[in-house]
Amino acid sequence: MEALSSLIDGFGVLGDPMNIMYMFIGITLGVLIGVLPGLGGANGVAILLPLTFSMSPTSAIIMLSCIYWGALFGGAITSVLFNIPGEPWSVATTFDGYPMAQQGRAGEALTGAFTSSFIGALIAVVILTFLAPLVADFALEFGPAELFAVQLLTFCSFVGMGKEPPFKTIAAMMFGFALAAVGQDPTTGQLRMTFGWYELLRGFDFLIAVIGLFGIGEILLTMEEGLAFRGKSAKINPRIVLQTWAQMPKYWITAIRGAIVGCWMGITPGGATPASFMSYGLAKRMSKRGGNFGKGELEGVVAPETAAHAAGTSALLPMLTLGIPGSPTAAVLLGGLLIWGLQPGPLLFIEQPEFVWGLIASMYLGNIAGLIVVLTTVPLFAAILRIPFSIIAPVIIAICAVGAYTVNNALLDMSFMLIFGVIGYVFKKLSYPLAPVVLALVLGDMAESNFRNAMVLSDGSLSIFWSNGLVGSICGLAVFMLLWPAISYALRRLRPTASRSQGEHVAGKERSTAP
Amino acid sequence: MQHEGESGGGLVSIRTIDIVVALIMAGIGVLVVIDSLRLGAGWAGDGPQSGYFPFYIGLFIIAASLGTIAIALFGRKQNRDAFVNSVQLRHVVRVLVPTAMFIALVGFTGIYVASALFIGASMRWLGRFRWPLIVLVSVAVPFTLFLLFEIWFLVPLPKGPLEDLLGY
Repeated sequence: MEALSSLIDGFGVLGDPMNIMYMFIGITLGVLIGVLPGLGGANGVAILLPLTFSMSPTSAIIMLSCIYWGALFGGAITSVLFNIPGEPWSVATTFDGYPMAQQGRAGEALTGAFTSSFIGALIAVVILTFLAPLVADFALEFGPAELFAVQLLTFCSFVGMGKEPPFKTIAAMMFGFALAAVGQDPTTGQLRMTFGWYELLRGFDFLIAVIGLFGIGEILLTMEEGLAFRGKSAKINPRIVLQTWAQMPKYWITAIRGAIVGCWMGITPGGATPASFMSYGLAKRMSKRGGNFGKGELEGVVAPETAAHAAGTSALLPMLTLGIPGSPTAAVLLGGLLIWGLQPGPLLFIEQPEFVWGLIASMYLGNIAGLIVVLTTVPLFAAILRIPFSIIAPVIIAICAVGAYTVNNALLDMSFMLIFGVIGYVFKKLSYPLAPVVLALVLGDMAESNFRNAMVLSDGSLSIFWSNGLVGSICGLAVFMLLWPAISYALRRLRPTASRSQGEHVAGKERSTAP
Repeated sequence: MQHEGESGGGLVSIRTIDIVVALIMAGIGVLVVIDSLRLGAGWAGDGPQSGYFPFYIGLFIIAASLGTIAIALFGRKQNRDAFVNSVQLRHVVRVLVPTAMFIALVGFTGIYVASALFIGASMRWLGRFRWPLIVLVSVAVPFTLFLLFEIWFLVPLPKGPLEDLLGY
């Protein structure tokens, strides 16, 4: 068991008390970020990334990934107490979490949510520990054609698995690629799409885009709804925690199912949000108490939370092994690796074992720390939410602006952030997905150079993408994903009676409660 | 969190904005294609030219936007709900305009003074808070940022005349 001994070495990295401190700072900040509207995992990490340039990469990734876990935990707090999903992946948690809070069972719902988050994450980390080295080993054989094929599959999966209209997904993704191409061409050094504007030489930084799209865009959406927070109070004490834990074993099938759905959706870039909906839908259909779902059933909290957290965690697997992030936050972390001078991908496991295994070990401890932090500090974070939005909004905007400035020390980036904010607001309202924009912006240069290298190898013939079984089947799967909306449309036309009420009910509910 | 849709008239339908945005996207696609052709979207002696990859990206943007437009024009389910009503628009503008002013101000006063003014003005305008609280928050937040960035993490942020005066 090579993975186990590597993991033990990884725990050695955590022996450094500074790293443990960063872990707790990260978790606490993460929960705060998850609770506040307008700050989420992706843009929270993006804002804090420049602060970590002076740390060692291992400490930095531990802190930033812990922010991510914290944000995953934190999203549940607002969902349960305020019926406002702090993060898109906690929308499904509101369905049963908020009714429970209305019945005075907030503590039970929160304990259930946190515990199932923890279980989902733990299952995902265990899978990651043993699967990642295998995937990395396998990926060592990849050439440019295979790498491009995997990236193609990533992007086609957005089209095939996303809820958004396929044309809009493609447009959003290609918009991201176009933004990535702006500036100096890394291969030939020519200037592309700068149109004589010197400031565009550097291109668009994806961190600016993330802060604008997710941060400012979200604030504008929240403002539009003119919302007033009217939350239920949270009482959590050890007795409630223990009582809830005593109920949890009943739901082990739901939890395991949620974790499997989550891991699948996280590794393939479906992301945490669809995973949580899928898991909720499956649990509702399969559970004996399915009829009670939506009225305050603990099982309806367990299902989406395990899936969301498992997906969020396993999204790091393709990031570490293939250099392809499974979620926007993982994309920001990947950007961080590049800035710290680490090349994500299979070689990372060989060249930087301390970094990789330190990170994986911190995922075990980070989630334990996260569970402890959230269970003990819920009332504190709930109190933060009672601060009026007219104070929170300008403070968050100011923090976003500072974050945007520190990326490149450029004043102009703040204006770009605002423009991206408006784009994010309009895109969200027209249901253009934001995740593919960010992923394309991060992966653009890499995908392009893989594509070019593959073309050079084959003298410009696309046939290299089906030149062997491996690359052919990845590309075939990608094309299938790309065409899936058309295929499922055709199938529906052929069988007009097919039931699709479930999916539409869930999707409709999400739209009306989108943060 | 309920929509306040009842209290304001709709200004423009989602369908219209959908088409406008798709046209803008298609326009961006055209720009990408034109610039790629300028750079050369073909094959040079040593491999693909600079415009090779973006050229197809541009084409995809155009194609996908035309698809969106077609669905908006001829699709069966046309969304004629309001994109934004006047109340919502006012809420959004009340954040957007001060933010733009704040960002413009940073170049002159530095980020600390600008954010103090921005937070203070927003609190007064949006929340009608009393002055003592406004002063407290709008001084405390920039000061915390100052400690965090300049002192603790040694990341310099834009400064202006006030910081000069205080010797920073």
